[in-house]
Amino acid sequence: MNELALAVPWLGKRNPQAARWLVIALAIGAPLIAMAFGRTWVRVLDFALLYILLALGLNLVVGFAGLLDLGYIAFYAVGAYTFAFLSSPHFDVHLPIWVVLPLAAGFAATAGIMLGFPVLRLRGDYLAIVTLGFGEIVRIFMNNLNYPVNITNGPQGINALDPIILFGWDLSRNIQVTEEVSINSLFLYYYFFLACVAGSIMFIQRLQISRVGRAWAAMRDDELAAKAIGINTRNMKLLAFSLGATFGGLSGALFGSFQGFVSPESFSLMESIAVLTMVVFGGMGNVAGAIVGALILSALPEILRHLAVPVQQALFGHVLLDPEVLRMLLLSLAMILMMLLRPAGLIPANAKYSHIRHLKSKGVAQ
Amino acid sequence: MEIFLQQLVNGLVVGSVYALVALGYTMVYGILGLINFAHGDLVMVGALTALQTMMFLMGVAPGMSPVAMLTLSLLVAIPVCMLLGFTMERLAYRRLRNAPRLAPLITAIGVSFLLQTLAMIIWGRNYHTFPQLISTTPVQPIEGVFVTPIQITIVIASAIIMAALILLVTKTKLGRAMRATAENHRVAALMGVDTNMIIALTFVIGAALAAIAGVMYASNYGIAHYGMGFMPGLKAFTAAVLGGIGNLGGAMLGGVVLGLVESFGAGYIEQMTFGFLNSSYQDIFAFIILGLVLIFKPTGLLGERVSDRA
Repeated sequence: MNELALAVPWLGKRNPQAARWLVIALAIGAPLIAMAFGRTWVRVLDFALLYILLALGLNLVVGFAGLLDLGYIAFYAVGAYTFAFLSSPHFDVHLPIWVVLPLAAGFAATAGIMLGFPVLRLRGDYLAIVTLGFGEIVRIFMNNLNYPVNITNGPQGINALDPIILFGWDLSRNIQVTEEVSINSLFLYYYFFLACVAGSIMFIQRLQISRVGRAWAAMRDDELAAKAIGINTRNMKLLAFSLGATFGGLSGALFGSFQGFVSPESFSLMESIAVLTMVVFGGMGNVAGAIVGALILSALPEILRHLAVPVQQALFGHVLLDPEVLRMLLLSLAMILMMLLRPAGLIPANAKYSHIRHLKSKGVAQ
Repeated sequence: MEIFLQQLVNGLVVGSVYALVALGYTMVYGILGLINFAHGDLVMVGALTALQTMMFLMGVAPGMSPVAMLTLSLLVAIPVCMLLGFTMERLAYRRLRNAPRLAPLITAIGVSFLLQTLAMIIWGRNYHTFPQLISTTPVQPIEGVFVTPIQITIVIASAIIMAALILLVTKTKLGRAMRATAENHRVAALMGVDTNMIIALTFVIGAALAAIAGVMYASNYGIAHYGMGFMPGLKAFTAAVLGGIGNLGGAMLGGVVLGLVESFGAGYIEQMTFGFLNSSYQDIFAFIILGLVLIFKPTGLLGERVSDRA
């Protein structure tokens, strides 16, 4: 949990222990604070957690393994549509979540391997374009597979997805504690998603300092050298693709169930770029960076809606740029300026060999 | 047979536009090893600037002849795109020449989306009708095959432009400097080539071609909007890879081949898949070709460069 402390600047370096507890306290208390501003903000936090899952997964591929994936949202789509097929009135199948979630993750991982095989030999820029093409193909199929057999219901998407039900406990229903006091379902989803994110963080941090994580880092820094010291770069790349896709699929399934409907519109290239910007903005190859980037940029549209519209009305008398345009503008500027001025991101990855220091402290490495 | 010939004509027209755009990709890639993601959006800027100029001219001088109007709007659109290309290189890509390989690519994606957003702010989200100044009344050279004068113009104009570009690159001093820079920056600089200037010029020439291609593309379909550059951009990149990236002749060949494959594919996909897929899947052909080329022949049809270079 070392890197979590980095999410709090200044305090993180001086007193990691305190910083860590601060982050945990903030994560648990966040929806309560958000509730003070209105229910929409709790919803924003819920979506932010899904984006964090996505950013963590993409960070695995881009940040750890150094493979630029521009079609990442396709895995999110695979997850969401798997959930929609297996747990909605569309085919009238209602499998329990414990079956659907692993299946969604599994299908996404398979899609990741399928994408991975043909592009293994490609590097950097070619890879980016091919993955982008993959994302577009998936979207084109989602849009058009309603004819001649209706599978995806085309651009309308699939409605009335089942809510998440854990051991017979429906997360989409508010809990009535007493007559007046009730716990909103948004809170239930928040804590469930938080648990997922926390689990993923623990998994990824252990992964990063594991043999696999170090192999990825070696491959990212110099593929030839990595091959020369006996790393099987083919398997490592496939592993990166499929593990990254797993997170995408998981997040997609949760998203579908939380939102209640899926349509191809949610899985456009813009979303892939948005997730990539989160990773780049926060700091590639860094768990804390991905989290902070995802938090800031996923809350951005809502903040803009509440801030930019009144400000523009006060300044010019009418709305010049609507929040959606402003969001795109800020995202693209963020990407360019981050690369030019602070390529390591908001929270630079600790050091290239931070895991060695970690191992030393445990007496594993010399 | 009529369907075959008709798709051949359509494919040639779209293919020549792809070829023009692909030249911009391939020249920049040849010199910098950078995929200029924003190149496709220059196509869009070219088309929309030309549209704006035409609107202005129609308001000021309604009696102007269509050819003069088209020429004038091109004379505005081309310098605007050239300036944009120059600015892009100067402000964003030049500082990143020695950066890790992902950095310039991510910047290019950012530039692409920045251009789209700015276009959305200036021209709105709507589709605009693009005035088709050259006649669109089809002629029938063969019974059942329709060719419009605008399509003929597109094919001939792009052939002339490409021939001119080849002459520029192979016969002039500037062309020699460009080839030298593509071969090796440092050595070219030692031989007295102002490599910074050459790289900037490459962007500028590519941008000019993109502007022309944009006007052609929009005239052919009669429609322009802020996102129109994305798909042709991607397909042109595919064309460049198909022909062998870094190779001018390859980009032209790749563009035409891709245009033909796409057009035949869209025409026959319903028969090939027994009605399961229809022409709304037209866009996947480019990606499938891209995938196949990169797997089986990463150097492309005419390329000598290795795909690993990046």
